[in-house]
Amino acid sequence: MRTPGGLSLRLDPRALTVVVLLLAAAGAAGVALIGTGDAKIPAADVLRTLAGNGTAYQDFIVNELRLPRVLVGLLVGASLGLGGALFQSVSRNPLGSPDVLGLSQGSTAGALVVIVLMSGSAAEVTLGALAGGLATGLAIYALAWKQGVHGYRLVLVGIGVNAMMTAVSGYLLTKADLVDATRAVVWMTGSLAGRDWEQVWPLLGLCAVLLPLVLVNARGLRMLEMGDDIANALGVRVQRVRLLLMVSAVLLAAAATAAAGPVSFVALTAPQLARRLTRSPGPNLVPSLCMGAALLVAADWASQRAFGADQLPVGVVTGVLGGVYLLWLLVTERRAGRI
Amino acid sequence: MSGTHTNNLRSTAVNRLSAENVTLAYDQRVIAEQLSVEIPDNSFTVIVGPNACGKSTLLRALSRMLKPSHGRVLLDGQAIQSMPAKKVARTLGLLPQSSIAPDGITVADLVGRGRYPHQGLLRQWSAEDERVVQESMRQTGVAELAERYVDELSGGQRQRVWIAMALAQQTPLLLLDEPTTYLDIQHQIDVLDLCAELHETQGRTLVAVLHDLNHAARYATHLIALRGGTVIAEGAPNDIVTAELVEEVFGLRCQVIDDPETGTPLVVPAARKVRAERATAA
Repeated sequence: MRTPGGLSLRLDPRALTVVVLLLAAAGAAGVALIGTGDAKIPAADVLRTLAGNGTAYQDFIVNELRLPRVLVGLLVGASLGLGGALFQSVSRNPLGSPDVLGLSQGSTAGALVVIVLMSGSAAEVTLGALAGGLATGLAIYALAWKQGVHGYRLVLVGIGVNAMMTAVSGYLLTKADLVDATRAVVWMTGSLAGRDWEQVWPLLGLCAVLLPLVLVNARGLRMLEMGDDIANALGVRVQRVRLLLMVSAVLLAAAATAAAGPVSFVALTAPQLARRLTRSPGPNLVPSLCMGAALLVAADWASQRAFGADQLPVGVVTGVLGGVYLLWLLVTERRAGRI
Repeated sequence: MSGTHTNNLRSTAVNRLSAENVTLAYDQRVIAEQLSVEIPDNSFTVIVGPNACGKSTLLRALSRMLKPSHGRVLLDGQAIQSMPAKKVARTLGLLPQSSIAPDGITVADLVGRGRYPHQGLLRQWSAEDERVVQESMRQTGVAELAERYVDELSGGQRQRVWIAMALAQQTPLLLLDEPTTYLDIQHQIDVLDLCAELHETQGRTLVAVLHDLNHAARYATHLIALRGGTVIAEGAPNDIVTAELVEEVFGLRCQVIDDPETGTPLVVPAARKVRAERATAA
């Protein structure tokens, strides 16, 4: 796309189509999700109410109870999709995602410290999860980063960190009394139940800051995929771009986990699925983001449809689907001789 | 011919790329100390030397991949480390030894990435970019492969694609780190012919690290022989390549004869028996 003024944007028509379709799918799943529950509302009524023309009763259910939950779902999915795409691109490894690397486990450990040792409020648990995720990100950085990441080093360090964090969480659970333990286990499955506007705003704010920052550096990231030397030779400030994108990815993953608990495998699968749809090399950041949002909301809707309102947390659904995907990925990677 | 050419350049203006008393080290391991090198403008400079003599390290320093612990590398009179990254990338290109072709990338797409230093957030793909990419693929003979995936190509084709990417960067200076490694002999010659052509027809300054001394002597207009991080000799191959120099730099007894094809020096290692006899005599 070019203008006479010398402006030119490069848009891949296929990627654009994928993004539009995924956004439509995420929107449709969102509307369906709002209409699902003990009080069922037809999609047309949901849309009318969102536009501000519903009855008072519908307005309460849709805008006060269910919309924030769906928005949290969309934002968490988008953050995980984008964070996963960033991690996978920087580590040049489809396994380099926040759940494999132990970031989600780090957030969990942080949340459990607050729940079990401090019996903190919901807001404090969120802060604890955020701090846990960031501290884990820092630890992985310190352990794995020597002259950049190479091959499976980041993944191996991440798996080690993951194991340690799981152990910390397990220890905390054994120390907890029954009430705290129940609360902790519910948090640990990853759920959108009971999310309201208080969770929406901070997440939206963070995405609004990080998304432009990430997209401005996306072209540098694409160059980085050819190796540090080539990126350097092309004039990318490798260390700066990579550090900035990693910090963004850690923030996104930690914030998403803080908001919804460790919803597993979205960050791992969304970028890979998006890439298969766009068939384009490169980080596929925006398609991954849309895919993450669509996946998470669709998974939540599916779990509510199949098991009734708030019976099955969304993290269980994504875990089951993602687990199957991870196995498939390991098998194909092994066949390709990369493991 | 090439000798006088070089001399003319030396006597006139300051060269665009040079290293001034640099000390090069990885962590604590010092590779070279107080090393000074001039890259003559419009030359095809080849750096040779035994393994671990610091030739690749020198190339990394010249392309600002490695920051000298002392001294500085000058590009157009400025310290290269203090220049804006994209500005350097529009003047000096580098083809590193190892590079990764992302999964599922096409030749045209990869070559297009060489345009990065000429692009910006709002100027992502101009008509000029398109033209230069086509031109680069044509010059390297990969135009007909444009829509193929890089993973499917042979080693020789792939190296041409990477060279095309470096060309698309449109830099007057181009540095190549062992561009012929892992290639069959015909592809080695192919790549070197391409380099010579780029140097002759476009007047680009080329700097390459090569393993094969005979290739270096045949293609270089300016040769730098390194040993242990020190320049032992530099100049036109016809002027400097002698049996004594090869022995001093590589520790190898040999004869230097005229290459029957080009008249450039050709290094023929002494037979094993001769080397053994001389060793006992000494």
